[in-house]
Amino acid sequence: MALVLTEEQELLGRTARELVAARSPLKRIRQLRDARDPIGFSRDLWREMARLGWAGILIPEAHGGAGLGYTELMVVLEELGRGLVPEPMLSTVLLGASALLLGGSDAQRSDHLPAVAAGDLLLALAYQEQRSRYDVHHVETRAEWASGSWRLTGEKIQVLDGHVADVLVVSARTSGSPANAEGITLFLLRRDAPGVRVARQWRIDTRAAALVALDGVRVGAEAVLGEVDAGGALLARVLDRATIGLTADMLGGMTAAFEMTVDYLRTRRQFGVPIGSFQALKHRAARLYVETELARSAVMAAHRALDEGADDMQAARMAAIAKARCSDAYMLVAHEAVQMHGGIGMTDEHDVGFYLKAARAAEIMFGDAAYHRDRLARLQGY
Amino acid sequence: MDDLDAFREETRRWLVANAPPSMRKPLAAGEDYCWGGRKGRWPADVARWLAAMAERGWTAPTWPREYGGGGLSEEEGKVLAQEMAKLGVRPPLVGFGLTMIGPLLLHVGSEQQKRRHLPPIAHGEIRWCQGYSEPGAGSDLAGLQTRAVRDGDVFVVTGQKVWTSFADKADWMFLLVRTDPDAPKHAGITFLLMDMASPGVTVRPIKLISGASPFCETFITDVRVPVENVVGHVNEGWGIAKMLLRFERNMIADAFKERDDAARLLALARRYLPADDGRVGQPIVRDQITQLEMDQACFDWTLARSRARVKAGHPPGPETSIFKYYGTELNQRRRDLAVRIAGPQALGWEGEGFADDEVKLTRDWLRSRGNSIEGGTSEVQLNIIAKRVLGLPD
Repeated sequence: MALVLTEEQELLGRTARELVAARSPLKRIRQLRDARDPIGFSRDLWREMARLGWAGILIPEAHGGAGLGYTELMVVLEELGRGLVPEPMLSTVLLGASALLLGGSDAQRSDHLPAVAAGDLLLALAYQEQRSRYDVHHVETRAEWASGSWRLTGEKIQVLDGHVADVLVVSARTSGSPANAEGITLFLLRRDAPGVRVARQWRIDTRAAALVALDGVRVGAEAVLGEVDAGGALLARVLDRATIGLTADMLGGMTAAFEMTVDYLRTRRQFGVPIGSFQALKHRAARLYVETELARSAVMAAHRALDEGADDMQAARMAAIAKARCSDAYMLVAHEAVQMHGGIGMTDEHDVGFYLKAARAAEIMFGDAAYHRDRLARLQGY
Repeated sequence: MDDLDAFREETRRWLVANAPPSMRKPLAAGEDYCWGGRKGRWPADVARWLAAMAERGWTAPTWPREYGGGGLSEEEGKVLAQEMAKLGVRPPLVGFGLTMIGPLLLHVGSEQQKRRHLPPIAHGEIRWCQGYSEPGAGSDLAGLQTRAVRDGDVFVVTGQKVWTSFADKADWMFLLVRTDPDAPKHAGITFLLMDMASPGVTVRPIKLISGASPFCETFITDVRVPVENVVGHVNEGWGIAKMLLRFERNMIADAFKERDDAARLLALARRYLPADDGRVGQPIVRDQITQLEMDQACFDWTLARSRARVKAGHPPGPETSIFKYYGTELNQRRRDLAVRIAGPQALGWEGEGFADDEVKLTRDWLRSRGNSIEGGTSEVQLNIIAKRVLGLPD
């Protein structure tokens, strides 16, 4: 496993950085927030990204995608995370398209993936519930088969881009009790289907999320993604891959917050000298550097492992290690970034606060560090 | 690729045919690897294994043949290491000659120095030690006071070195001396090679909080060292010293690359903190074991990234300070956790009621406290990162 980027991958990263700088500077993130933009991102910019191949980065060429690997995805996500870019990479590509790629029938794939790759179709994965915390197998939403169709009832929370996604992938219980890994089924449903109600949720970070309430939504048998009652395993596979992708976004965010802080240490003067000349701050900055470098290694190793065909157990292990490390490192960097900026870091006017909020949201999304350490221990039988 | 496969095949056959069975077992308690040198005495199999490997140049596989090495390419060297690991074959020779002064001389030594010093290292005939630290020059290494005064074709050296690992067993020392007391402190230093058998050299071992140790004090009184033993140029030894420190930090970091850590800690936890279901009885300890396993994995991947960079043609840079800093910290956390898992059984120093491996746990913990001091303290490493990597002002 060679943990270095190829020239093509580095070029892809530079392209992404330039696009983010030109089209989505932090000023834009602030404007979207201040305007309480109902969508939370721009569908036009998303199409532009799709034209660069990002929306279809993992989608095979046969379905209109770029057919690239996870390392390429990582390179792009790092740049998006660096700029806190809210376009629907996580919801549509990492969660929605992954579910179709890993579990969809040929028909489901050809129906959806080309439009996803073109940037025309947005997806969301509605799996989280009020009482599920990090357990993706805790599903209380029910789907019952009656007179030739499934009827779905329940409520999903913090569904990323659920308020604008054209198609929702929803987990529902078709048998068993709420915490069982078995008896879960994934369904594809249109957001405008009768009985679907979405409400935008406002979180601390700049990623858009929504409540999705299902009140007797009817879908046919063809809406089942994968096998009936076997969606629990599929969901875990999708989330492990999405978790790994999220760590690349987190790496970009922590790197940006760290660089912003080092710049401040070099330029901010107190007692007649730059504050970065104080050893108390130097050592803390150096420790942050070590933590981000270790995070970078974990993120690269995890993406590389997926490219090299990691099995489910390996993917789960890599996801746990990378997510635990990035959760802790991003929070540490963001907390320290605010502290080292001093008073200005506490003001809304300064950008560093955006990273602190993004760090917290990313830390908790898909499970925090303690959850992933526990998970790794369980995976390894102790 | 076919050539490399053929090499692998041939190497494996040769190793199987030539490695004595006793050299295909892990070290037993009280055993050590072969460090070579005139003063060393080794069991017959160890000596035979050293001779067989040295004859092929495989004690220093990638060094050029004319200097006693095996002349292997990087890829072939890797294959040899892999095949040795697969067969569980012990390295025939270890020591600072192979890992520190040898690579340094290959980079910056004169032709005459290479021909004179490298073959005896590769053959295990001469063992080296490192004379850097002094009583008044620890973290501030450039503050060293050992003087060398030119007298015709020799330097007359006087001073004291401390923390010289294995000085009592070594044949030669590479050391830093002050040749210009009036120059700024980094500018008046010279890198010398000194025969430990020279008149005026005396050595005294140091005992540590963990018990016996490899460390010594070395007293140097009017020792005459030929001018030809200067590596590089007079008064330009600091640059060479720093280059060598990077080799040293890589070596220390390598030493903390242990694959089976989590498994060993887990075995300890199951022994001292068993739960009915085969899990670890203490949730906090369980979490700490997992945290260590994860951090170790991240550390190993970071080493791998750095290796890949070096392979792509970049020299080891200041980022090697990460490895020294973090590798030693990991090791200290691991030793500390092991002792806490063992609980009261970790309090033994020697004698009845304490198993050998319990005493070793405790001594390893005590010894590990030195990891963040030797080879440049953690604080010095953080200074280096802040200055050289992050560009923070003085």
